[in-house]
Amino acid sequence: MLSRVAERLYWAARYLERAENTARLVSVYDNLLYDLPAGMVEISWFNLISLNSSAEEFTKRYKVQNERNVVKFLLQDEKHLGSLSASVRYVRENFRTSRDVIPPSAWEQINELNIYVSKNAKTALARNGRHDFLSEVIERSQSLNGLLTGTLMRDEAWEFIMLGRFIERADMTTRILDAGAAVLENSEAFAHSNPAQVIWGNVLRSQGAYMSYRRAIKSIVRGSDVAEFLLYDTHIPRSVTFCSDQINQAATKLAQDSGKKQPPKMKLPRFEIEKEEDLGADFRNYLNDLQLSIGETHNHICNTWFARD
Amino acid sequence: MSIRWQDYPNEGLYDELINERKNPRKPAKRLANYLAKMGSEELQQRRQLADSNVQDMGVSFTVYTDEGNIDRAWPFDIIPRIIPAKEWEQVANGLKQRLRALNMFINDLYHGQEIIKDGVVPAYLIEKSKNFRPECIGVKPAFSVWAHICGSDLVRDANGQMYVLEDNLRVPSGVSYMLENRAITKRVLPEVFSRENVLPVDDYPSQLFDTLAALSPRRVKQPEIVVLTPGIFNSAYFEHAFLAQQMGAELVEGSDLMVDTDDCVYMRTIKGRERVDVIYRRIDDMFIDPEAFNKDSMLGVPGLIRAWKKGNVALANAPGAGVADDKVIYAYVPKIIEYYLGESALIPNVETYLCNDAEQRDYVLKNLDKLVVKPANESGGYGMLVGPHSTKKDQDTFATLIKKNPRNYIAQPTLSLSTAPTLVDGGVLEPRHMDLRPFILQSRGLYCTTGGLTRVAMVKGSLVVNSSQGGGSKDTWIVDTEGK
Repeated sequence: MLSRVAERLYWAARYLERAENTARLVSVYDNLLYDLPAGMVEISWFNLISLNSSAEEFTKRYKVQNERNVVKFLLQDEKHLGSLSASVRYVRENFRTSRDVIPPSAWEQINELNIYVSKNAKTALARNGRHDFLSEVIERSQSLNGLLTGTLMRDEAWEFIMLGRFIERADMTTRILDAGAAVLENSEAFAHSNPAQVIWGNVLRSQGAYMSYRRAIKSIVRGSDVAEFLLYDTHIPRSVTFCSDQINQAATKLAQDSGKKQPPKMKLPRFEIEKEEDLGADFRNYLNDLQLSIGETHNHICNTWFARD
Repeated sequence: MSIRWQDYPNEGLYDELINERKNPRKPAKRLANYLAKMGSEELQQRRQLADSNVQDMGVSFTVYTDEGNIDRAWPFDIIPRIIPAKEWEQVANGLKQRLRALNMFINDLYHGQEIIKDGVVPAYLIEKSKNFRPECIGVKPAFSVWAHICGSDLVRDANGQMYVLEDNLRVPSGVSYMLENRAITKRVLPEVFSRENVLPVDDYPSQLFDTLAALSPRRVKQPEIVVLTPGIFNSAYFEHAFLAQQMGAELVEGSDLMVDTDDCVYMRTIKGRERVDVIYRRIDDMFIDPEAFNKDSMLGVPGLIRAWKKGNVALANAPGAGVADDKVIYAYVPKIIEYYLGESALIPNVETYLCNDAEQRDYVLKNLDKLVVKPANESGGYGMLVGPHSTKKDQDTFATLIKKNPRNYIAQPTLSLSTAPTLVDGGVLEPRHMDLRPFILQSRGLYCTTGGLTRVAMVKGSLVVNSSQGGGSKDTWIVDTEGK
């Protein structure tokens, strides 16, 4: 397989995962609006911008840090390279330049998704159209992933897609956890209600992990357990540990097939979480370290397979 | 509202589907009756379905504009154009005959030049040809074939006679649209399609694969075949990707390839370098190798021509093949066929005036308002004068150009191209002019597509069918009326 094609598949998978997870991320906050009693907590939408490290870019183009602008920036803004619509467009561009290895029906599906997003992203700016848009994007991304899973030959193309998918997913899971921790940080001054359960419940739901959590943990939704679950559980397909296992498997297989001696390997530093209070500033720093470590693995992948001589 | 063919305004035209008495021609009967029953509302719905299919299938072409390159949806008309299978068989034979002779001609030009010594083609034509590559003299490509993929443009005039208008022997494009048009028609007019005996077109990618595989210099079971594209900004990028996918070949850009000190071509893969045997190149000669031709080319691969001359890699089409698609050479093709094959041309040429000949030039200059003037080496319909649609000023400009460089211009009578019913605004069917580009392959054997790409001038009365200039396209049905 051409290095260039490998790189494009890797990025196509990353962007597809990013599009889906951006939808999931926004849906966490969207749901919180309904679940938390009015006036109890000031949900700062701007958290979603700062935890994606894009505050600088945002302030360049938007004056007001309100819900509408944040949602626009994350979902619709074509100039923002991390936005959902830009991500979908990049999946299409990367597929377009690697059409010789992807199934024709995958090409059709990404065209349909791209058309859907460019026509409908604006409906998500208002609250009443947002839920439909987000779940449609998530469904269509899953359907495209399902198509690839069900039809793609398990050769290098597949492994590069796995690498891209799980690098991005691991990164996004840390950011979604960060989104939860950030809301909680701003909501200390509650008198007679515990918003933590609502917040972590939504974090779980956004990851499609609520039922699994209930079955695995068999207790109420507690922040410390949710964080442990989404970081270290080896069975839940969106946990960081699950992602890193998948990355290491794909990297080892690719290294064997392509004669590379030192496959990229993702190492996860561990953070001791025992009680709710452990999810404060130190926890958020730890999530940041995880993101850096994911970034290193990404660099290692690039140097191993995508370099031109 | 149903459609009445008696109202169809095809007076004075040769229409492919409807005859001068306004009755459907025999192979089009079933289709015409069906369309008539369907009515204009239904037809418009089908057109919308086609449009959304084009978008979903991502069928596009790139237009170069001042504001940058735009990826545009492929313009498609849902009404197919029909040619009887019996007629097509003759046309296909004529096209194969033509390509066989043209390849013998090219090979001769780069070796003994017997045809010039025998005085059939004048020497100055070759000496002054922009597409003759002295670097290719003496090279011996497999099967002595230089043009492996040829796209010839056919037109039918008001009398129903089919002519070859030009041969494209460099990097002809359009075949992917021929295949996609068929795929769209099957989705849009399934009930009509299933009842007709339409011959399939979809064996082209495997025929192309076999044609290319036969060229491999290494005798290996699975030669490495790549499609070399200039990249995503090229107008035909969609096609490059499509063909690579359909053939199971790698789609590469210049930077993916390199020529090593052993004069072999390698591609850069995740496993390191892998040897390449056959390159279906969709980059023009001049940009293919900065070492041999245009030094500033960023698209090509340095050393590629060296590797090709050594016989370590096959290039399709071979560099230098374009010498035979010069529009001045075109005028000599009937003689070329006679010279090499001892046969007369099965499909006639359009009458062509060479401006280099004093007598013919005089005629051209006096009749600029009636003729089509074309530069010898342009494609895509650029730099043309269509006499009847031109102003006095245009004609004066061309008169000056012709006098300055007569070798570079030819002229032909303005043909009234044939038409077929085309769906226009309001769900009305009106005749629109069209041509046809079939594709012919040659390496070990010869192959011609079943039909080809029909291009339509969507503007009423217009004769310009190029997609870069507002042309559309139709599915082309070769219908066997005898078989069933």
